[in-house]
Amino acid sequence: MDALANFFLENQDMIYIVILSIFLGIEVISHVPAILHTPLMSGANAIHGVVIIGAIIVMGHAKSDDYLALTLGFLAVVLGTLNVVGGFVVTNRMLEMFKKKK
Amino acid sequence: MRIENGVSRYSQFSVLNFPFFILNSIMTAFLLELSYLLGSITFVVGLKKLSHPETARQGNLLAAAGMGLAILATVLFHEHNGERIGNIGWIVAAMGIGTAIGWTMAMKVKMTGMPQMVSFFNGMGGACAAIISIVEYHSHPEGAAGYFLVVFLGLVIGSVSFSGSMIAFGKLDEKIKDFSAKWLTVFNLVLLAVIIGILVTAVTSPETFGPNVLWILLVLSLLYGVLFVMPIGGADMPVVISLLNSLTGMAAAFGGFLYDNQIMLTGGILVGSAGTILTVLMCKAMNRSLLNVIIGSFGGSAAGAAAARGDQTVKEISLTDSAILCSYATRVCIVPGYGLAVAQAQHICHDLEKQLESKGVEVYYAIHPVAGRMPGHMNVLLAEADVPYPKLIEMEDANGMMNSTDVAIIVGANDVVNPSAEDDPGSPIYGMPVIKVWEAKNVIVMKRSMRSGYAGIENPLFFHAKTKMLFGDAKDTLQKLVSEVKMT
Repeated sequence: MDALANFFLENQDMIYIVILSIFLGIEVISHVPAILHTPLMSGANAIHGVVIIGAIIVMGHAKSDDYLALTLGFLAVVLGTLNVVGGFVVTNRMLEMFKKKK
Repeated sequence: MRIENGVSRYSQFSVLNFPFFILNSIMTAFLLELSYLLGSITFVVGLKKLSHPETARQGNLLAAAGMGLAILATVLFHEHNGERIGNIGWIVAAMGIGTAIGWTMAMKVKMTGMPQMVSFFNGMGGACAAIISIVEYHSHPEGAAGYFLVVFLGLVIGSVSFSGSMIAFGKLDEKIKDFSAKWLTVFNLVLLAVIIGILVTAVTSPETFGPNVLWILLVLSLLYGVLFVMPIGGADMPVVISLLNSLTGMAAAFGGFLYDNQIMLTGGILVGSAGTILTVLMCKAMNRSLLNVIIGSFGGSAAGAAAARGDQTVKEISLTDSAILCSYATRVCIVPGYGLAVAQAQHICHDLEKQLESKGVEVYYAIHPVAGRMPGHMNVLLAEADVPYPKLIEMEDANGMMNSTDVAIIVGANDVVNPSAEDDPGSPIYGMPVIKVWEAKNVIVMKRSMRSGYAGIENPLFFHAKTKMLFGDAKDTLQKLVSEVKMT
């Protein structure tokens, strides 16, 4: 219990960010028309590709003789990039179709 | 929380860092955090813009730019115990591979395949988060309870999201069949309880399982992801993808906790909460509770409703008669469904609409919120075929217009026009809002065969007094109908 209490106290600012971001996410999205559900889901999907930053950090600080970390780190960067690039490109393609006619 | 790191001080490829050598640590840290702040802002503003039709595209590009900035800043400025990011050659190579594959896949996929594509990319993000946890734990097997909590949660949620998304991808791509059984529901609950139990024990008393707990959790989570999506039927798949999407967001956020990284935290949580709300909105559109989607599987209970079919017969209609019926109507409503998308018939559907309009018939499309395989999917498909925006009428407004509609043409839709949802409490979709096509004066159902819809439920509409069936492939039939209308 002490450990968790410590964790809470040490990461108070992070916890604040989490709570406020949760409300922000709900607020930002709550009035979306049904026609945009799919593009929005796809856009959100691309945004959680931000996990790639973690992959870069893992890879960037892996020691040169730690093959497990290097291999998995490399894989993680590839997968993270797939998420980011694929996500944004797919979303853009969907939205391009809405743009054509007025 | 920062994790203690080893001591090797030099970074390879330091040549690449050269221009930034002149910047001191405070400057690089400032630039990094500033980029993260800007990135976080673009995510919020981007999501906001994504929820309005006029600004959606801009919002997506803005968020992408913010992501690019954050990635670049991480590579250039990230420092840990005085060490810059190393292995830059490998990182750039990995990003090159990821970009090439991701770009190609995203450009090649057909609009009908969009839902499974989103599911696939979502799975990649989940896998990425899980791998980060594995490597982190492998390099730093010791730490405080909070550290273990974050690492294991990232691993479990990332893995569930990965394997679940892959199954959802396979199902939507029709490579994997539904599998449901009563015992599976119970088994899944037990499995989930076991995972949570192990996780809690591993966090509170790490010595219980030793370091192998990582692999145990990995295997069990992957298994749970598979078994959790396996029994969920087609109609509920959008909800599942949306749910898995928000799970990956959470997994990314745990990575943010791990590295004290604000942008991962905000981005991840933002998607986590927005995704959850989106999931709830989708459930609402189908009048199902989230719990019901996850625990009770859809297909199993259909048998009860099917029994009512008896020996009712359907009435068929010829192409010529259909053409005449439509051409002399004042108002025609087209109800598109996934069958239209599968047949790639959206362009011909648009032709039919133009042809009828040239005869002075008013044509509109009634769009069910979950038509297609994802909410909004049908709008994307029809937009691809240049159908003007104002012609796409949302369900509630369309239902109001149905009384004054002469002909409702149903193209490849089934469950979204099922009257059982209104009047048969025994039906699994009872209570789901549907398009009340039977209120129109005539109903023409275009359908390949009498097979039941994606959700596996009988549809009494086909036996309705007003209904006439026009059997055949949607694209083919529409094509013929267009030429018949031309001649009429």
